[in-house]
Amino acid sequence: MSYFRKIAKNFKWKHYIVYIILAAVLLLSALLWQAGVMKRSTATMLNQIGYSIILAVSLNIVVGFLGELSLGHAGFMCAGAYLGTFLYNFLIAAIPSKLLCLCIAMLFGGVVAALLGMLVGLPALRLKGDYLAIVTLAFNEIIGNLCKNIKIFGGGMGLKNEQPYGYSLFIVTFVVVILTLIVLQNLIRSKHGRAITAIRDNEIAAKAMGINVTYYKLFAFTIAAFFAGIAGVLYGAAVSPVKYTNFTFNYSIEILVMVVLGGIGSINGSIIAAAFITYLNLTLTNQLSGDLAALKYLVYALILILVVIFNNAPAMRKYREKLDFKKLSDKLFKKKNSDIRDDSAAWDRIPTKIPMDELLSADLKTQNDSPDTSMPEDRSSHE
Amino acid sequence: MSTLIDGLSLGVIYALIALGYTMVYGIAKMLNFAHGDIIMVGAYSVFATLALCGLAFPAILVAVIVCVLLGISVERVAYRPLRGASPLAVLITAIGVSYLLQSIAQLIFGAKPRTVELFSFTPIRIGNSTISGASLLTLGVCIVIMAALTLFVNRTKTGHAMLAVSEDRGAAQLMGINVNRIIMLTFAIGSALAAFASVFYLLYIPSVNPTLGSMPGIKAFTAAVIGGIGSIPGAMIGGVLLGLIETICLRVPALAPFTTSIEFGLLIVILLFKPTGLLGKRRREKV
Repeated sequence: MSYFRKIAKNFKWKHYIVYIILAAVLLLSALLWQAGVMKRSTATMLNQIGYSIILAVSLNIVVGFLGELSLGHAGFMCAGAYLGTFLYNFLIAAIPSKLLCLCIAMLFGGVVAALLGMLVGLPALRLKGDYLAIVTLAFNEIIGNLCKNIKIFGGGMGLKNEQPYGYSLFIVTFVVVILTLIVLQNLIRSKHGRAITAIRDNEIAAKAMGINVTYYKLFAFTIAAFFAGIAGVLYGAAVSPVKYTNFTFNYSIEILVMVVLGGIGSINGSIIAAAFITYLNLTLTNQLSGDLAALKYLVYALILILVVIFNNAPAMRKYREKLDFKKLSDKLFKKKNSDIRDDSAAWDRIPTKIPMDELLSADLKTQNDSPDTSMPEDRSSHE
Repeated sequence: MSTLIDGLSLGVIYALIALGYTMVYGIAKMLNFAHGDIIMVGAYSVFATLALCGLAFPAILVAVIVCVLLGISVERVAYRPLRGASPLAVLITAIGVSYLLQSIAQLIFGAKPRTVELFSFTPIRIGNSTISGASLLTLGVCIVIMAALTLFVNRTKTGHAMLAVSEDRGAAQLMGINVNRIIMLTFAIGSALAAFASVFYLLYIPSVNPTLGSMPGIKAFTAAVIGGIGSIPGAMIGGVLLGLIETICLRVPALAPFTTSIEFGLLIVILLFKPTGLLGKRRREKV
């Protein structure tokens, strides 16, 4: 009982705002769909936004929280889509309920993708950074190549979906999105999540603290792949045929663009960016035809370059501090001393980015030299 | 016999590209993802010059100049501001640059593949096997280029400066080496090699489209990693190895559809058992 009282005491609306918004979107759109007001294209778009959110958030686990670049996220999605749809085709003959079939297929696709993620995670234990990025990319190509050439998966024609789920799929997708967010948020705030961020910040220090680096790296990869696989099944349930050409390296980059645009390490950001990019993508694809379609990739490229340079270049630091979102909002609401302490449940701002170098060389500096460096919270927002 | 020669010539093309990757990686400590797309730009400049004047040699010259200028400006605009930032940031920017080049090329030239006829060769017959002249030319010229590069790096003062920067940037700077200039030079050399690679690639497959560079780029990077990234002879060995494997796989009907899988599978296996590649040096991690 006291447990619930504690929760009620610490309850803050803003911690749950994402769920509330997503649930509201889900309810509203489901009602509109039942009333027959919603257009089919909107339903398709909502479905795409849903699985894009799952993809972006799960990639953010690897890129933002583990700190390794994975360029093979579309590969996991591909594995999930193919195997999930394959099982779905089997089940649909035996079980009359499409929803049940889809749920089983999702679990299966997710588990298969997770196993593959573990497989890719194995070299990840020995490699870092660029090497790892290239291994994940190679994995993406291998998956595409295999799906193209395995006969039972339809070969070059793609895998046919016998009975696509239909337009109301977006309702399932959004429920899955909310479940995914609950799982991943709690994961990040748990012991596992803290361990993963500790590895990102300093692997050797994390090892010295007794964190099993091997286990947690594999864990992060597996979890990310699991949700990518689920997103793949959700994708596969809507279309027929499921085709390997949709899961190329380009698609991996598209997911990466979502993560980078939303802010590496920020889950709220990933959600917004995933919705925005998917919307932009659909609109641009409808408006532009032929060679002008390259404009889409031009926009992606510019987003990647500009956002990363702005967020990371040493020369941009001054502007970055001026435009810091939290400081701006503090100024706006005249709030002083906005410490993160009362905000410990704010899962998108985990204060683990400790400036290691500055701590180690602290005795060489005067205290007044840079007052900000002693506050790790300020740094985490720049990540 | 002809498989061997073709494989070797494809291998030296990969080796040329891989050299660009490995030099940039060794000296600037970054993976230049846009390197493959510089090849594509080189191929398009060959195409454009050929369409304008119809002569092959000016076309090659123009390709080299365009690629070098492009390489230097990409380094200046996109990578230099990020020097000292996290490797992840640099890598993502490089991917962005790669996409930028591809989409600009598509906006200018269109997505349709264009045919490029550089030289025409008559196949040479030795005994009962035929060897394509293009392969022989590629092999010859690439070996000369690689020999020249090895001499340049090992014998000249600038080459030594490059080695010094790759060893320890800070110490090199203290010795009076202009690090920024050396990095720029590295990008210039890498891009020039990419331009040559684009010419030979056009001899191998005589058509050009905006995504021409991405696959050979990734494969050449694979080659560089197999050989041990940062090592110049490693890149050559890795490139030749990969070219041979690809050609042999493509000629065996049972393996042909799985060529890509085999190549990348090889990469993963090699990295699993020898993470630094065949000739790479192991660096110890320091706190």
